Amino acid sequence: MRPLRNISVKGFIMQKTIYFKSRPALIATATVAGPKEGAGGLGKYIEKVLKDDTFGEKTFEKAECKMLSYAIEHCIMNANLQENEIDALISGDLLNQIISASFSARDFDIPYIGIYNACSTMTEAFALSAALIDGGYMNNVVAATGSHFSSAERQYRYPLELGSVRPPQSQWTVTGAGGAVISSNEGDFPKITCATFGKVTDYGVTDANNMGAAMAPAAMTTICAHFKNTGLTPDYYDLIVTGDLGALGSRLLKKLCLDEGLNIDKNHVDCGELIFNIDEEEYQGGSGAGCSAVVFNSYIYRLMREKRINKVLFVATGALLSTLTTQQGESIPSVAHAVAIENCEVE
Amino acid sequence: MISEMIAEYLRAFLVGGAICTIAQLLINYTKITSGKILVYFLLAGVILQSVGLYEYLVDFGGAGATVPISGFGYLLANGAIRGAKQGLYGAFTGGLGAASAGITAAIVFGYFNAMIFRSKSKKN
Repeated sequence: MRPLRNISVKGFIMQKTIYFKSRPALIATATVAGPKEGAGGLGKYIEKVLKDDTFGEKTFEKAECKMLSYAIEHCIMNANLQENEIDALISGDLLNQIISASFSARDFDIPYIGIYNACSTMTEAFALSAALIDGGYMNNVVAATGSHFSSAERQYRYPLELGSVRPPQSQWTVTGAGGAVISSNEGDFPKITCATFGKVTDYGVTDANNMGAAMAPAAMTTICAHFKNTGLTPDYYDLIVTGDLGALGSRLLKKLCLDEGLNIDKNHVDCGELIFNIDEEEYQGGSGAGCSAVVFNSYIYRLMREKRINKVLFVATGALLSTLTTQQGESIPSVAHAVAIENCEVE
Repeated sequence: MISEMIAEYLRAFLVGGAICTIAQLLINYTKITSGKILVYFLLAGVILQSVGLYEYLVDFGGAGATVPISGFGYLLANGAIRGAKQGLYGAFTGGLGAASAGITAAIVFGYFNAMIFRSKSKKN
């Protein structure tokens, strides 16, 4: 593995944290997921669990699009808002040309801002939404993303019809979508207080079946930059939630952070490890844009609304590869964006 | 008679199983993708038969050696060698000519199955 290209003490200071003075609120969320996710430990928190991951559609890609539409439509409903009160839709997904996001956006009469950052799309969307609202440009923005196991397999590895065998240590792309409404509403909701956008890191990992190892350094640079910028320590947050590092990636992250003097062992948790009932000998857990979207917008959001946890650092991680790059022998660059979400005192 | 049959099946099982075990070990313990493993096994069959070695495996294990993808390589090599005895043109046509039945079967059965059945997501 070649050494990290752009990490250094100077690098941390250049990676800014932006503070949202008006504290945009996460007023509602919605989630939908497949049967395997529903059977996991968080199943009861997911709004709609599908019996069949085709969602009644002819192809898996159409099913993924329908799930994303569901998440967007329902988070708007859950916010007690009408479609015409939403100023923008920021969403993305894992497929080429982000077709799920684009095609689901045609169901809505909302300006569409398509983004792509692989599995870190959820926090990228949260941060951008918060920036648009805090800047005074918009009042209500929907942030959404999702993924589907079968469409991701077809895109990044092999189509299901090939019947190929997957290595036992590979992660399982989550079939699910999650959406949230971020608003200038000043009520008693979890608020997005600041965000640290990530820089792309590349440790030379080439195994497309082990992306946790590729993404851990990206999560580490963003997390370290965040704490350096804010002057906080890890125990400020009740939870530091990463998107889909999986078991191996999480261990790597804790070690990398410890090397930089940050101990996140006590409050770090990974969405990929939460979403499925994992037999650790078998799998590294869940992955995909839908992983962090479903886990955060169902379980973590509920915990925050119930005030059982009050301060979360949400760091979704993305592996920025394509099928072509792995075939051309490239390694996997990754990125991680962090948003801090807190229950603030209502002034 | 029965004991001969059972011995034959056992040999096929052992040979086929051994070949598949090697592949599974490669999947579990190396980063070689399943597509590459298929290609390597095919090439192994071709190379081993080009020096006449794969023949022994087929004599011993029967279908256990011909059914896996390395058996397809064996078929291609045999066909090419047979064709080459008739000249350069034969060397070109021999391989796929010998494999034509298998390839056609794969296409036809695959096509009809795809018409009838829909793929479903894996469970694990």
